[in-house]
Amino acid sequence: MKYMMLVCADESIELSDEEQAQIGPATDAWVTEMDGRGVRLEGHQLRSAADATTVKVRGGDLLIADGPFAETKEQIAGFDLLECADLDEAIEVASKHPVARFGVLELRPFWTD
Amino acid sequence: MAALIGMTGDWDLAEECAQDAFAQALKTWPRDGVPRRPGAWLTTVARNRALDRLRRGAAEAAKLREAATLSRAHDDAPGGDDSGIRDDRLRLIFTCCHPALPLEARVALTLRTLAGLTTAEIARAFMVGEETMAKRLVRAKGKIRDARIPYRVPPAHLLPERTAGVLGVLYLLFNEGYSASAGADLVRQGLCAEAIRLARALTELMPDEPEALGLLALMYLHDARRATRVDGSGDLVRLEDQDRTRWDRAEIEEGTRVLDAALRRSRPGPYQVQAAIAACHATAAVPADTDWAQIAQLYGRLAALLPSPVVELNRAVAVAMADGPAAGLALVEALGAAGALSGYHLLPATRADLLLRLGRRDEAAASFAAALDLAATDAERRYLTRRLAELSDRQ
Repeated sequence: MKYMMLVCADESIELSDEEQAQIGPATDAWVTEMDGRGVRLEGHQLRSAADATTVKVRGGDLLIADGPFAETKEQIAGFDLLECADLDEAIEVASKHPVARFGVLELRPFWTD
Repeated sequence: MAALIGMTGDWDLAEECAQDAFAQALKTWPRDGVPRRPGAWLTTVARNRALDRLRRGAAEAAKLREAATLSRAHDDAPGGDDSGIRDDRLRLIFTCCHPALPLEARVALTLRTLAGLTTAEIARAFMVGEETMAKRLVRAKGKIRDARIPYRVPPAHLLPERTAGVLGVLYLLFNEGYSASAGADLVRQGLCAEAIRLARALTELMPDEPEALGLLALMYLHDARRATRVDGSGDLVRLEDQDRTRWDRAEIEEGTRVLDAALRRSRPGPYQVQAAIAACHATAAVPADTDWAQIAQLYGRLAALLPSPVVELNRAVAVAMADGPAAGLALVEALGAAGALSGYHLLPATRADLLLRLGRRDEAAASFAAALDLAATDAERRYLTRRLAELSDRQ
């Protein structure tokens, strides 16, 4: 089963210099492990919400605005596409992501017929 | 008769089946001889007759479900399962209680799939509309399917945390059987038997989990009193008025034995404390022997583990018994002022009782009336009406 894993964090959270320095290497390590296990298919870090653009077409009009689409405390910071045996495996994979310690990860199953 | 009534919840049916059994005895005993255990013979014949009648009653789908649950419970060996993880019901309950499901969905799903309650019955238990509950169940099953929640008992490393969720669900299930939150029947023995069965299976699977033992002990100690909780008219009998000679001594002993096993682990928890409170009551031969000071202290410990206004209310009752009604009333008034129990009929009912014991009759009457407005079952309403009537009779 494929899951979209959305990596979300409150951009205003102040991490210590040490924690901040850790995130990069820790994430690389996570990626390496999960790629190796075959549970991660692809993924990427995303630019901050300030760089987002929203697009709507209403009544034939194209409406563009400065993003993000939802005004929430936590914003999407990255995504990973997982393929796991079941939700418990996806949970285990997500729980090991460094952002899980201060952010929130959402697991959304793919639509299958 | 009591066994049949407890089983079927239907007085007329129970009576007819008992009569049928006697008629049957009159026919066959002269021919075949009186059986070695005539009481058991009669009970079995009457019970089978009742099950038969229930099965044929198409309109009584709910009772049918209950009969199926009961006959399963009665047919099983008293020693319990030795199937451990292979028990399909355990697989199912861990799946139903998966943390990815919303809590209310876990409870509803367990009640629906394991206890066989109808959607309507579950809706009543949680005081929501039937359509709301139906949607909740559909969504829960949908999530299990769409998110691929695995159908299994969790692996060892996940088992402890997943167990806490299961215990909560079983406790709610037992309570549904012990005192229905709406409707005419107060005791539904079949659900209690099912809850006990599942709890026992869980303790066999996790013999070192003290809270599972605590929960089982609590269920036994409550269940031991089921014959005396409700009187002939289906009315509530207060603990102090219950005929203690009709409490199931064997079940009480089993409950205290299981509780001792739990306490030996030295890892206290809310179920163990609640079981200890129940044990204080169950081991008092007469109400006057009850160690209320100990009970008040235990409620204090429970409040520390499980802060809740209902726990505080129970503590107030115990304090009133140990230190006098004025002390208890002070705690009850504080709870009333805090507002967390508005809508809960036992708050004004308790207040009324304490006021009465202090001789403040008019205030007591007003409080009983307020409780009556909030009562949810017929049995509770009858009980409160009676107390109000007693008050005016004694003018």
